[in-house]
Amino acid sequence: MTKIYVPRDMAALAVGAKRVLAAIEKEAAARGETIQIIRNGSRGLLWLEPLVEVETPEGRIGYGNVKPSDVPSLFDAGFLKGGAHPLSIGKVEEHPYWAKQTRVTFERVGIIDPVNLDDYVAHGGGQGLAKAFEIGPAKVIEEVTKSGLRGRGGAGFPAGIKWKTVADAPADRRYVVTNADEGDSGTFADRMVMEGDPFVLIEGMTICGYAIGASKGFIYLRAEYPQCAEVLTEALEAARKAGWLGENVRGSGFAFDIELRIGAGAYVCGEETSLLESLEGHRGIVRVKPPLPAHVGFMGRPTVVNNVLTLATAPAILAKGGEYYASLGVGRSRGTMPLQIAGNVKFGGLYETPFGLTLGEIVNDIGGGTLTGRPVRAVQCGGPLGAYVPPSLFDTPFDYEAFQKHDSLIGHGGLVVFDDTVDMAQMARFGMEFCAIESCGKCTPCRIGSTRGVETIDKIVEGVDVEANIELLSDLCNTMKFGSLCALGGFAPYPVESALRHYPEDFRKATLPAAAE
Amino acid sequence: MSGAVPWNEARAQEIIDAHLGLEGPALPILHAIQEEFGYVPEAVVPQLAQSLNISRAEMHGVVTFYHDFRHAPAGRHVLKLCRAESCQSMGSEKIAKDFLERIELEWGGTANDGSLTVEAVYCLGLCAHSPGALYDGEPIGRVDAEILDELASEAQKS
Repeated sequence: MTKIYVPRDMAALAVGAKRVLAAIEKEAAARGETIQIIRNGSRGLLWLEPLVEVETPEGRIGYGNVKPSDVPSLFDAGFLKGGAHPLSIGKVEEHPYWAKQTRVTFERVGIIDPVNLDDYVAHGGGQGLAKAFEIGPAKVIEEVTKSGLRGRGGAGFPAGIKWKTVADAPADRRYVVTNADEGDSGTFADRMVMEGDPFVLIEGMTICGYAIGASKGFIYLRAEYPQCAEVLTEALEAARKAGWLGENVRGSGFAFDIELRIGAGAYVCGEETSLLESLEGHRGIVRVKPPLPAHVGFMGRPTVVNNVLTLATAPAILAKGGEYYASLGVGRSRGTMPLQIAGNVKFGGLYETPFGLTLGEIVNDIGGGTLTGRPVRAVQCGGPLGAYVPPSLFDTPFDYEAFQKHDSLIGHGGLVVFDDTVDMAQMARFGMEFCAIESCGKCTPCRIGSTRGVETIDKIVEGVDVEANIELLSDLCNTMKFGSLCALGGFAPYPVESALRHYPEDFRKATLPAAAE
Repeated sequence: MSGAVPWNEARAQEIIDAHLGLEGPALPILHAIQEEFGYVPEAVVPQLAQSLNISRAEMHGVVTFYHDFRHAPAGRHVLKLCRAESCQSMGSEKIAKDFLERIELEWGGTANDGSLTVEAVYCLGLCAHSPGALYDGEPIGRVDAEILDELASEAQKS
């Protein structure tokens, strides 16, 4: 029986994977072919979705951008045996976009059946947890510290140190909370790992719980990911049934369970203290730090709040050793980063690679430039709170510190490409507008400053006292940066300032003489 | 959305009671209420406040903080159009603006025949297929005028 892989990843569904699946089933039935359909995650070659794969003795052969109307011709071409067809991309694992990656966190994503625990184990799943139980909690934290893994949510705080802080905090109970409120535009790595390999997150949370002495974990998932919630629910049930969660995790005597919670459309709840407030059932208002969540977190107890990718990387670190992970990357940015190449880009997708590629290599060589074919004018790195970077800075290596030098951030690894039709004054205005919509309201500079920012940019665009208003806007940005508790108000000025710095002409259109045609 | 039942206090209490064992049950309850009734009715606020032993004001604060909790029923179908940066890089603002003009709606508005509510959303994680949308929870990538018009007429029929 031929195995056919049709992704259930949300991005594949968005471009018709479900209709393609129906067409394949119908055609197979009509031709009397027996096939086994596996709903895998996405390989991350997203511009090729729906990417249908067929298992052959030579390996998995891929067919990209399949439409339901292509299905009869695929059968005619013998695609069940990997036959040649204009949509064939050959062996998926030899495709340069795949072959050049270093997949650690994403090693199984797109390959396995996400909700089949046997498949997970057959592909190396579970080894990290087994190792953890073997070496004990203190050594687990040592290993994670040794790996140099930093929080992948954006702040880049060393995961091992956070875990140790929680483990050392005296308490009657502790918690592990996965921040799956992936709200940054241009990011989808959390979603892809949860939809493509949910057990790795479950295993990572269990490892963390074991290391810090927690018996309860939460996944705080954003409401905008309904398909992801389905996969996670199935995976959690399967894990409980198989004894991977519960009173006695895999016979170790360690008790741990995970509850899935759904957010309600508040971007600020991706900030860890706001997330904890929301999880407790309050308004998602940011808390003052200190105390850190590591000391006083969920329900006042010591809590690890880590991003999905951080926790999903723990199993590989335990299985392969902290030193292996630390051997990848550059400077203080160790290991790999799943880059998310998005926006107006030809080869959009997920590309996991060690830190250190330059931005230009990522956007032009891997991403293939813009989809519209026009020149790249700006790349927003790190979501709505990240700077716009012009091509003149494309030699910047992708690592936490190198980006900070240019007043930008890598954030969650999302890169949104814009072509030369973009109006950067409008993007700056949107940055402020978004902050105004999403501000939790606790800090005045964020709550009111963002609205004043929109108004000031409007005046600049209209040509009212342009230079004076630009100065005012810069001053406002400074106030927001230093007068806000969390990254929303504190970083919302970065896209605005970067637009002012790198694209000054876009703010002075009203005062400049019209260019001669 | 279709399938919602009319407001019923006893049913609401059942939903609330079913969740009271959770740590921090407010959001799961509000989601379940909205799932059942299609929105979060004003009447549930005092009821919920009582059950959770917090003030009405506090409960009202929670309900109104989150964009996703509706204060009135939506149309039979809900279309969420992404307005975040990645989608803007592919022209989403113009596509959305033109569409809203064609169907004579504003952001957040519901068509007069009750067929469709159009809402803004900020990122659906479909950023390699921008512009993105969710129609009754189903993801759509590479959104254009044709796709949107088709959805609007489909919404009218069902």
